[in-house]
Amino acid sequence: MSSLRINRIIDKGFQYVGIFATLFGLIMLAIFLFNILGDGLSRIDWDFLTNLPSRRASKAGILTAWVGTVWIMILTALIAIPLGVSAGIYLQEYGTKNKLATIIEVNISNLAGVPSIIYGLLGLEIFVRLMNMGSSLLAGACTLSLLILPVIIVATREAMKAVPNSLREASYGMGATKWQTTWYQILPAASGGIITGVILALSRAVGETAPLIVIGALAYVPFVPQTPLDEFTVLPMQIFNWVSRPQKDFLENGAAAIIVLLLITFCMNGIAIYFRNKWQKKINW
Amino acid sequence: MKKPFERFIEGGLALSGVVTILTTLAIIWVLLSESWGFFREVSIVSFLTDTEWTPLFTNKHYGILPLLSGTVLTTLIALLTALPFGITISVYLSEYAPKKFRQSIKPALETLAAVPTVVYGFFALTVVTPFLQSFIPGLSTFNALSAGIVMGIMIIPLIASMSEDALRAVPKSLREASYGMGATRFQTAFKVVVPAASSGIIVSVILGISRAIGETMVVAIAAGQQPTLTLDPRDAVETITAYIVQVSLGDVQHGSIEYKTIFAAGISLFVFTFILNHISYRLKKKYQEQYE
Repeated sequence: MSSLRINRIIDKGFQYVGIFATLFGLIMLAIFLFNILGDGLSRIDWDFLTNLPSRRASKAGILTAWVGTVWIMILTALIAIPLGVSAGIYLQEYGTKNKLATIIEVNISNLAGVPSIIYGLLGLEIFVRLMNMGSSLLAGACTLSLLILPVIIVATREAMKAVPNSLREASYGMGATKWQTTWYQILPAASGGIITGVILALSRAVGETAPLIVIGALAYVPFVPQTPLDEFTVLPMQIFNWVSRPQKDFLENGAAAIIVLLLITFCMNGIAIYFRNKWQKKINW
Repeated sequence: MKKPFERFIEGGLALSGVVTILTTLAIIWVLLSESWGFFREVSIVSFLTDTEWTPLFTNKHYGILPLLSGTVLTTLIALLTALPFGITISVYLSEYAPKKFRQSIKPALETLAAVPTVVYGFFALTVVTPFLQSFIPGLSTFNALSAGIVMGIMIIPLIASMSEDALRAVPKSLREASYGMGATRFQTAFKVVVPAASSGIIVSVILGISRAIGETMVVAIAAGQQPTLTLDPRDAVETITAYIVQVSLGDVQHGSIEYKTIFAAGISLFVFTFILNHISYRLKKKYQEQYE
């Protein structure tokens, strides 16, 4: 066989290897979802969603867990969105060439690589002990906010970068100040990209477990949290707790709770992708 | 002259940016101050050379090596899983795949990256471990192999999408020159495009390693909680992150030596990931300059 033919065969062969590799992850995901549905779907009913946790697997529910997750999501959004978007605006529109902006930028790329469990240690010392919040929802939300701040900042910057300069120039030309330009022109134009980034960041916060374990979130909370200063549990914590038990019944509960958690994260991701597509169509100025 | 209102706004925005700097400083301060207390009771030499890690037992040893070997072992397995798949996917998507296929597959890969890590842990424990046990004799219920493989699957999207970006940044003229010489797509991809994008690909791999080192839930659920100094993937191991989880779940008194150990473990983890991230940041800056 000539080397030309061998090369052609290798070329063709790699095409199939490539398709297989690309689909491999998805096949794994499919196998896994199938397994989870098989294990957990029969456990999901109204009682499962509205029951308090229990030492008996068949009686245990995820009420405190999903209420905790909703609490954490809202509190984290309230803290992280204003901070992250403001910092993003500053880096993109204001501090383009000054030293502070350069330091912040290098710092953000470093922070983005810090393992989430380290944020847990930070939250434990600063929020739980130093600021005396205890292992409360507020301490958890503060910790997770710091964790997702880099994601929101980077997303905000990228979205604002995509807004064409002509818009800024037109606004300045009309006599608008920098802030007026940013608030009335750039931010609305970049909103689609920012919303996408924010939702993806929040979906990450919802799935986080490790930092919350470290700040002392409880696995067993027999009451629904009423205020931000109450102790709490979240869905991933509840799943972790059930999965670490040897009894098979609790594993089933874990699978059922995973279905609920995945529904939440997939919905959030779906919404984010929808916003991104809509925004990308619009951005072709 | 700027109006006072404009200055006020700018100051507020800058302050939000400063929060990120404060975060870094606070992390460093917290890790240093708490582990300082630890290293006053345990010498740094025995921390680095003792081969046992038993702070929670009566006979206490504080050698980080068993936790380190657990971390290295699971990370290595994850890398061996993710690297071939990640690189193949990136080359396929950037050099071979039709545009339509690429566009529809990318959101799916993103979905893979969006699954919470605790879910991957469940996957490792209930699906992958029983599957591996069916043909690997002597594989314990908690083992490094299963956790490592699943961690690898988890970082495939990261390596694939970052490497693909690097490959697509290679100028078209290089490919055209190669095709013009009669090279096939495969030859062009691996002898021209991949070498040209190598620093970008290396960045993605380094970030993948850093991600695997810091990953917590998969190893806490599936790799076990026994700090043993071993490189046998069939054994139960404990990583640095899993140890922090184990202590946090228990009832440990604030200020006790047990409490301080998690910060000593944390600072080791922080140093490793910081070095890796810094290298990747430097490389990224360098290769961005090349093409601009």
